[in-house]
Amino acid sequence: MTALLNLFGDFGFFVRRNLGSLGLAARMFVAVIVRSGFLLKRPRLVIDQILFVGNHSFVIIAVSGLFVGFVLGLQGYYTLNRYGSEQALGLLVALSLTRELGPVITALLFAGRAGTSLTAEIGLMKAGEQLTAMEMMAVDPLGRVIAPRLWAGIISMPILATIFTAVGVLGGYLVGVPLIGVDSGAFWSQMQGGVDLFSDIGNGLIKSMVFGVAVTFIALYQGYESKPTPEGVSQATTRTVVISSLSVLALDFLLTAMMFSN
Amino acid sequence: MRKSAIDIWVGVFVAIGLLAALFLALKVGNMNAVSFAPTYKISARFDNIGGLKPRAPVKSAGVVVGRITSISFDDKTYQATVVMTIEESYKFPKDSSAKILTSGLLGEQYIGLEAGGSDDMLSNGEKIAQTQSAIVLENLISQFLYNKAADSGQDKGTAK
Repeated sequence: MTALLNLFGDFGFFVRRNLGSLGLAARMFVAVIVRSGFLLKRPRLVIDQILFVGNHSFVIIAVSGLFVGFVLGLQGYYTLNRYGSEQALGLLVALSLTRELGPVITALLFAGRAGTSLTAEIGLMKAGEQLTAMEMMAVDPLGRVIAPRLWAGIISMPILATIFTAVGVLGGYLVGVPLIGVDSGAFWSQMQGGVDLFSDIGNGLIKSMVFGVAVTFIALYQGYESKPTPEGVSQATTRTVVISSLSVLALDFLLTAMMFSN
Repeated sequence: MRKSAIDIWVGVFVAIGLLAALFLALKVGNMNAVSFAPTYKISARFDNIGGLKPRAPVKSAGVVVGRITSISFDDKTYQATVVMTIEESYKFPKDSSAKILTSGLLGEQYIGLEAGGSDDMLSNGEKIAQTQSAIVLENLISQFLYNKAADSGQDKGTAK
């Protein structure tokens, strides 16, 4: 009987704690958005962060996109060739990249490349009591530190996802046309016939924006709420990767179900 | 504001992003198919639309002249009402006919418009009277089997 009560107690504690941190995160999100108006006056803060989360992620995104495109080209050709429809290779590569792989893989790489360093940076700022020092100087850390990073992530993610998709399509082209020998005209015309500007490319862009908000905010929240110890920061960094990867995949399912199910 | 190296690099990054978006829109997507030319709407009733979908092309002589806007079911006549948007620059006579056709053997379905001989042209909101429904494979097969059975029945009758 006491074991059962303990079980319910543990479960209740678990739910309460998670609801609590969800509420804290939601309040922090609203607070950051409300306080980001001043960034219009000081865009330099955001630009500095875009250099950090966007520019420095460019190489890993472009190279991954190229290789994902190569693999899609090879595997797609192998499957399509069985049905004698290898002309549809361009369509297959472009649709899978614009709809799914572009936004999702970019978001996962972004979480690993930029999210972790954001968490570690904020966490160490907190551990070094820099955030407290800012508050003492009447500088709001949510506005000055968190908001520019959040906006930089929201701006960079769609750009990175677009680059990933474009490079991936080029990779698929390189494998499909010069290497395997699919007809170049059929490759592009099938692609243009089947990919819709709004429902495929536009929805992919919306997805990448949503992922950008989710990944960046999770990273910042984990850093901001981390325990101010070396251990706490390392745990927060791990949590950033785990939670943002899982939420990207879950959000992707939800968004796909909403966008592409008619 | 003074421009620094950071601004230049971020500018390059955003420019590459825009280039990639342009590449996707023009080369990968059907940007050319999205036209902002003025259009007019006409509708047609079909007994059976088969697998026709909204946004499918409307072609005349094989050239895309418009797209299907919406498909709905009319419970008065038990027919499907298909509304299509035609580009303003293409005019069709009032007695034109609409057919549901299939590109290739297994391709997507589209509407083929065949111009009639009337001097009056179709205008916004008007209806095409002559339509031909999609060919449903099951009906075709059952018709064929029915004919076959009828034929063999006749053969037996004459043999007696």
